Amino acid sequence: MDLLLEGFATALTPENLLYAVIGVLLGTAVGVLPGIGPAMTVALLLPVTYNVSPTSGLILFAGIYYGGMYGGSTTSILLNTPGESSSVVTALEGNKMAKAGRAAQALATAAIGSFVAGTIGTILLVALAPNIADVVVKLGAPSYFAIMVLSLFTVTAVLGSSKLRGLISLALGLAIGLVGTSTGQQRLTFGSPQLADGIDVVVVAVAIFAIGEALWVAAHLRRRPLDIIPVGRPWMSRDDWGRSWKPWLRGTAYGFPFGALPAGGAEVPTFLSYITERRLTKKPEEFGKGAIEGVAGPEAANNASAAGTLVPLLAIGLPTTATAAVILVAMQNYGLQPGPQFMDAEPKLVWGLLASLFVANTLLLVLNLPLAPVWAKLLQIRRPYLYAGILFFASLGAYSVNFQAFDLGLLLCLGLLGLAMRRFGLPVLPLIIGVILGPRLEEQLTTALAISQGDLSTLWSEPVAVVVYVVMALMIVGLVVTGFRRRNKGVTDRIDDNYQEVSM
Amino acid sequence: MTSRARVTTIVATLVLALVTSVAGCGVTRDADDATNRRLRMMIPNSPGGGYDLTGRAATKAMEDNDLTGRFEVTNVIGASGTVAMQRLLNERGADDVMMLMGLGVVGAVFTNKSRATVDKATPIAGMVAEAEGVLVPADSPYKTLDDLVDAWKKDPGGVTIGGGSSPGGPDHLFPMQLAQEIGVEPRQVNYIAYDGGGPLTTALLGSKIDAGMSGLGEFQGQIDNGSLRVLAVSGAERLEGIDAPTLEEAGVDMEFLNWRGVLAPPGISEATKKEFVDLLTEMHGTKEWKAALRRNGWIDNFQTGPEFEKFLDEQNRRVEQTLKELGLA
Repeated sequence: MDLLLEGFATALTPENLLYAVIGVLLGTAVGVLPGIGPAMTVALLLPVTYNVSPTSGLILFAGIYYGGMYGGSTTSILLNTPGESSSVVTALEGNKMAKAGRAAQALATAAIGSFVAGTIGTILLVALAPNIADVVVKLGAPSYFAIMVLSLFTVTAVLGSSKLRGLISLALGLAIGLVGTSTGQQRLTFGSPQLADGIDVVVVAVAIFAIGEALWVAAHLRRRPLDIIPVGRPWMSRDDWGRSWKPWLRGTAYGFPFGALPAGGAEVPTFLSYITERRLTKKPEEFGKGAIEGVAGPEAANNASAAGTLVPLLAIGLPTTATAAVILVAMQNYGLQPGPQFMDAEPKLVWGLLASLFVANTLLLVLNLPLAPVWAKLLQIRRPYLYAGILFFASLGAYSVNFQAFDLGLLLCLGLLGLAMRRFGLPVLPLIIGVILGPRLEEQLTTALAISQGDLSTLWSEPVAVVVYVVMALMIVGLVVTGFRRRNKGVTDRIDDNYQEVSM
Repeated sequence: MTSRARVTTIVATLVLALVTSVAGCGVTRDADDATNRRLRMMIPNSPGGGYDLTGRAATKAMEDNDLTGRFEVTNVIGASGTVAMQRLLNERGADDVMMLMGLGVVGAVFTNKSRATVDKATPIAGMVAEAEGVLVPADSPYKTLDDLVDAWKKDPGGVTIGGGSSPGGPDHLFPMQLAQEIGVEPRQVNYIAYDGGGPLTTALLGSKIDAGMSGLGEFQGQIDNGSLRVLAVSGAERLEGIDAPTLEEAGVDMEFLNWRGVLAPPGISEATKKEFVDLLTEMHGTKEWKAALRRNGWIDNFQTGPEFEKFLDEQNRRVEQTLKELGLA
C-alpha cells in the first residue's frame, strides 16, 4: 500500500501528470480514427524514449493505450464507425441509442463503464500481477481452441429471428476471415499481396456498418423523409444507472482474464459480454433498438482487457497484444527488462506506472463525461451532410493505414455487401463474430494439430479444454431441455428474436 | 498520385533552389546543399518491428548530422514486405527513395509467389545483422545442442520447433538450414509459426514446443532469470551477456545471420546510386548510429558496392533453394 501511495507521488508530479494528459488525449484521438490504433501510435512515438525519462515515457504510453480503448467507442456510438476492433460491438446498440436521441447516455455509460472497468482492472493488476503469470503460460493451443469453439457456440444466441439468415451472415463472416495467408498458403487473395495479411476487422466493420448504412440511406432518401433525431436528455437517468452497473461488472469479469491470456485479446470478451447482456436483460425488446446494457458491457470489457494485458507484460515480460509488444520495445530501449524481478528491482517505476493508470482513468472520465452532451449535438447536423462526413471519415481511416487506393476499393466492396445485407435483412453481428473468431479458431487448431502431428486427442489433452467442453455440453443439454419444455407448453413467442438490422 | 506528388516535390525543390541561390549571394550555401534534399525511406513492416527500428535509427542519424535534408519515413505494410517490394519496383528511376529490407523480405517474395524479387532492385548497402538463438525451456531434457540434434535426427517430425516468423522468414529459414546441415530432411521439420516473439515466449515457457528459434532480443528477460536456456547462437561470435556457444563451437559447422540492408528502385542513375551509397557510408560513421547498434544489440554488417551485391545475390539464391526444397517457392 505504501508502495502504491509512493507511486501516486510519482504519477502526480506536474511533469508526469502532463504526460498522462497528453497520452490520454492522443490515445483518444487515435482511438477515434479507424485505421490508426494505439499500437502504431506508440511505435511512432518510440523515439521519445531517447529524451524522456523512463517513468514519464511509460506513463505517456499507458495513457495512449487506455485512451485508445476509450476513444474507439465515441465514433462507434455517434457515427457507427468503430475506430478500434475492440469497439466494434459497441456500435451495435450504441449507434441505435444515438439515433433514438440517447447518444449522451450511450457515451456516458461507455465513459463510466470504462472508468469502472479500468479501475477494477488496475486493482486486479496490482493484486494479481505477481502470481497470475505462471498460470497463463499453462494454457496451450488446445485450451484456446476450446474457448474459441465455446465463443462460436454462443453466436447461436444472436442469429436473429431467421436462423437461416443468421447462419448466412456467419458464413459470410467466416469466409471473409479465410482471406489471407495461412501456414504459408494463400487463400482467396486472388494473387494480390495486399490481401495476403487478411482483411482487418475494423475495415470490415466500418464498411458494413457505416458505408453500408450511408448507401442504404442514400438509396431511400427520395422515397421517404428521414426521421429527425430527437434531442434527448443530456445525462443518464436513475433507470440508466440501474441498468448499467451490472453490465459494467460483468464486462470487467470477461475483459480482464481475456486480456491477461496470451491469446485472449480485447475483441472476444466484448461480444461475449454483449451476448450475455442480451440474454440477461429484462428488456429484450430493446436490443436491436438501442439497449444501454449492450453499450455498458462491451465498453467495460475492452478497458478491463487493456488492464489485463499489463499483467503478463509486467510479471513475465510477455506482450499479449500489439500495443503491449511495442511498450515492451520501449522498455527495452530504456534498458529495462520486465519479468519476475522487475517489480522488486524498479519499484518506483512500476508503482508509478500503476498509479498513473488510475490517474489516466480518472482523466478520461473527467475529459469525456462533460463532452458527451456536446458530442451528441453532432447528430443534429442535417443527414446528407452527416453521412457525407461519415463517408469521408471512414475513407480517411481506411486510407491512412497504408496510403493505398486498394484499401478504399476494399472498403467500398464490403460497403456494398453491407447494403445488400440490409436489403435482405441479414443480421450483422454473426458476420462480425465470424471475422473475429474464424482466423483465431483456425490458428489454434492448426497449431495444436501441428504440435501433436495430427493426433486429434491433443484437443482434450489440457484440463482447461476439458472443462470448457463439459460446460459446452451442459449448455447444449440445457438448451435442448428448455426447448423441449417450451414446445410442450406450447409457448411459441421466443424472446430476443426480434432482432432486426433493418430497423431504420 | 505519386507522380503528382513527385511533380510537387520537384517544383518545391526548384523554388527552394531558386530562393536559396538568390538569397544566398555571398553565402557558401548553394542550391546543391544536401540539407535541401528530400528523401523517402520505405519500411516494409509495421512500426516498432526490426525493420522499423533500423530504418528510423538510420534516418535519424542522417538527419541529426545534417548529412541530408528531411526523410519521409513510410511503413508499407503487407505480406511480410512483398507489398513494399512491389512498390519499390514500381518506382523505377525515382531518385529520392530507398527501402529498408532484409532476409525476411527475400523469403516473403518467394513464399508469396511474387514477381517482385529482390534481385530486380538496385542494391545500396548492407546495414545490420542479428544472430538467431536456439532456445529451450528451463525444464527441457536438452542440455546442449548435441542433445537436441540427436533427438532431432532420431525423430525429425517428433521434435517441434517454434519460431516467431511465418514460413520464409528468418525464424523459419534458420531451423530449415540447420536441419539440412545436420542431415535432417527440411521437409520433415515440424515448424510451428507463432505471431512474433510474445506468443513464442508463451509456448516455450509452457513447454508446448521442444525448441524455439528466434532473435534473442525479446527473450533477454526470460534468459536472465533462467526460465529459458540458450543452447547455441547462430553468429560467428558469441553474444555479449549470453552464456551460450556458437553453432561452430557446439559442433555444427554453419553460420546464420538475419540481416537487414537498403535497396533503391531499379533504373536509377549511377550518380544517384553513388549519392545513396556515400550517404549511408557517412551515416555508418556517426556516433548516433554506433549508439543504435549498441542499444539494439545489432551486429555491424555494413557493406556496399560489389561486396553487398554479391552478398545479396548469394542470399537470394540460398533462400530460393531452401524454400524450393520445401515446396514453398
